[in-house]
Amino acid sequence: MKDLNVKELNVLAAQIRLETLKVIRSRGFGHVGGSVDLAELLAVLYGAAMRFDPKDPRWPDRDWLVLSKGHAGPAAYATFGLMGYYPIEEAYTLNHPHTRFPSHTDRLLTPGVDLTTGSLGQGASSAMGAALGNRLDGRDSRVYLVVGDGEADEGQVWEAFHFAAAHKLDNVVVFLDMNGYQLDGTTAEILDHGDLPGKVAAFGLYTQQVDGHDVAAIYHALEAAHAHKGSPSCIVLKTCKGKGATFAEASHAHSSSPNEEQWAEAILAAEQALEAARQA
Amino acid sequence: MSVTLIGKHEKDARASRDAIVTALEEMMDADPSVCYVDCDLMGCLNTKGLWKKHPDRALQAGIAEANAAGVCAGLAATGKKVFLHSFGTFSSRRCYDQIYMSAAYAGLTVHVLGSDAGVTAAFNGGTHMPLEDAGMYMSIPNATVIDACDYDQLYSVMYGLIHTEGVTYTRFVRKDVTQIYAPGSQFEIGKGVVLHESDKDVCTVVASGILVDEALQAYEALQAQGVSIRVIDMFTWKPLDEALLVKAAAETGAIVTAENHNTCCGLGAAVASCLAKNHPTPLEFVGVQDRFGQVGPQDFLMDEYGLRAADIQAAVKKVIARK
Repeated sequence: MKDLNVKELNVLAAQIRLETLKVIRSRGFGHVGGSVDLAELLAVLYGAAMRFDPKDPRWPDRDWLVLSKGHAGPAAYATFGLMGYYPIEEAYTLNHPHTRFPSHTDRLLTPGVDLTTGSLGQGASSAMGAALGNRLDGRDSRVYLVVGDGEADEGQVWEAFHFAAAHKLDNVVVFLDMNGYQLDGTTAEILDHGDLPGKVAAFGLYTQQVDGHDVAAIYHALEAAHAHKGSPSCIVLKTCKGKGATFAEASHAHSSSPNEEQWAEAILAAEQALEAARQA
Repeated sequence: MSVTLIGKHEKDARASRDAIVTALEEMMDADPSVCYVDCDLMGCLNTKGLWKKHPDRALQAGIAEANAAGVCAGLAATGKKVFLHSFGTFSSRRCYDQIYMSAAYAGLTVHVLGSDAGVTAAFNGGTHMPLEDAGMYMSIPNATVIDACDYDQLYSVMYGLIHTEGVTYTRFVRKDVTQIYAPGSQFEIGKGVVLHESDKDVCTVVASGILVDEALQAYEALQAQGVSIRVIDMFTWKPLDEALLVKAAAETGAIVTAENHNTCCGLGAAVASCLAKNHPTPLEFVGVQDRFGQVGPQDFLMDEYGLRAADIQAAVKKVIARK
C-alpha cells in the first residue's frame, strides 16, 4: 500500500463520483445509486492499494477487482478512465449500441474489467476461482470482491464465502457494500438479513465494519485485512446509496432517470464537491 | 480419426469413467495448468486417488454446484484448463446460469462432465435423471456438446476437449457399458463416425451414447430381413457434423435419430433443424418423448421409454414407408 494521503484520496473519490455521473448521463439514465456509493472504496483501491498497469490490463501480477454487483459498472468505468486505461470520454458511450461500456461489467469489452458480472452472486464465486488460480501460480496478487447487501440475498454469495473460508483464501478481500437498499425498498423490508456482518463473520471471514465514505477508515481496515493470514477478509462498508448524487441521495433509488435540470444540478454539485476536496 | 469397431454387444470389463480418470491424471501430471473440480462426487467418478495425488488442483467444492461452476470460471480466467464434474442433472440444471454467464458469456473455457446420462441414472430415479442436460448446453452459443458411448471414445474425447475453446459439456455413463470401439480408437470432436454403410442403404440411423449399441443390433436384425441401413455414431451433438448428415440424407433418403435424452431438445432436434434447412428428409425420432424420468433398473427404463433396437427397427420401417 502507498502511504495514506487523505486529501489525495478524497480528491480522487470526488473525481470518480463526478465522472461516474458523467458516464451515466451520457445515456441519460442508469444505476446511479449503487455506483456513486463506491467512490471512496475505488479511490482507496486504485489510489493506494492495488497493483495494476493500465497499459497491460491483463498483467499477470496485477491485483483483481471483481464487481459482483455488476450494475456498479459506471463507477468502475470512471475509475479506469481516470487511471489511464482509456480516455475517460470513451466511457461517455454507456449503453450505446456497440459500446465497450455496458450496464454490467464485461471482461471481453472493457479494459480493466477482470471478470464478467451482472447476474447477482456470480462474481463472488468466480472471484474465489481467480484467487485460487493466483495462489496455484504462486502469485501474491490479491482479489478485491465487491458484493452488495441486496445481493447477499443470493445463496451463491454464501456458497462462495463458505468455499473461500474452507480453502483458506487469504488473498481475497470482500467489500460488502451495506447501503441498506435494493430495488424494491430497504433490505430490511424486502428480506431482512438480520445481523449481516455477523453472518459473514460466522462463515469464517475476518470481518471489520467501517464508514464506507471515510477513505482513512477504509485504508486502515485494508491494512488489517492484508495483515490477516489464514482466512479471507471482509470489510463491511456502511454507505449511503446515491451518495453525492443530488437526485438519488434522498431516495436511495436503484436506478434513476433524472431530467436535464436534475442532471445539471447533480453535475454542478459533484464539481463543487471536487473543488472543496481540492481546497480542503 | 482412426476408429476400429468391435460391436459384439458385450459389456466392457473396464468402467468407462476410468477413461476420464486416466486421461485426467495423465493431463494433470503433464501440465500444471490442468485443474479438476468436483462437487462431492469423486467417489462416484473414482477420482479420490487423483485428489490425493494433486490436492492443490483436484479440488472439492462440496455439494454446491453453482459456486463450483463460478470457481471454475475464475480459475479459467487465470489461465487454468478446468474440468468440472457432477451428475448430469446437477452439472446442468443446478449451475446453468453460472456456466452460461460466468464462463460462456465471459469467453472462458470450462469443460463440464455430466455422469449418469439419461436413463442410466436408474436407481437414483427421476430426480437424478438428466434428459435435457445436453439440450440446455446446446442452447449456449458456441458450446461443444458430446454424448459419449464407451471407454475408448471417452478417453479420446478427453484429449480433444483439452484443445477445445469455450464451454464444453460431455455426458457419459460411468460403468457397465457395452464396448463399441477397440482400444486406441481416435475420434475427432465434431466428426460423426460411420459404423456401417453400403450403396444399398435405404435409411440412416443417427445415434449416440448407449443407443449406438441398440442401433448396431437394429442394423443386424434389419440385415437379416434384407433391409440395409447406414449407422452413424454422432457423438458430437454440437457442432453437428452437417456434411456427413446431409450426405447420408441424400444417399439413403430417410433418417432415424436415436438418443438417451428428450427428443424435443437433443440430437433429434439438432438433426431435424439441419435437415429442414439443408435437405428436407423423412425423419423419425427414437428417444424420450417429452417425459420425466423415473426410478428403476436401466433395462426396464430402456423398455419403458422405447430406447431399444426394436424401437429403432420400427422407426426405420415407418420412415421408409414415408419416402
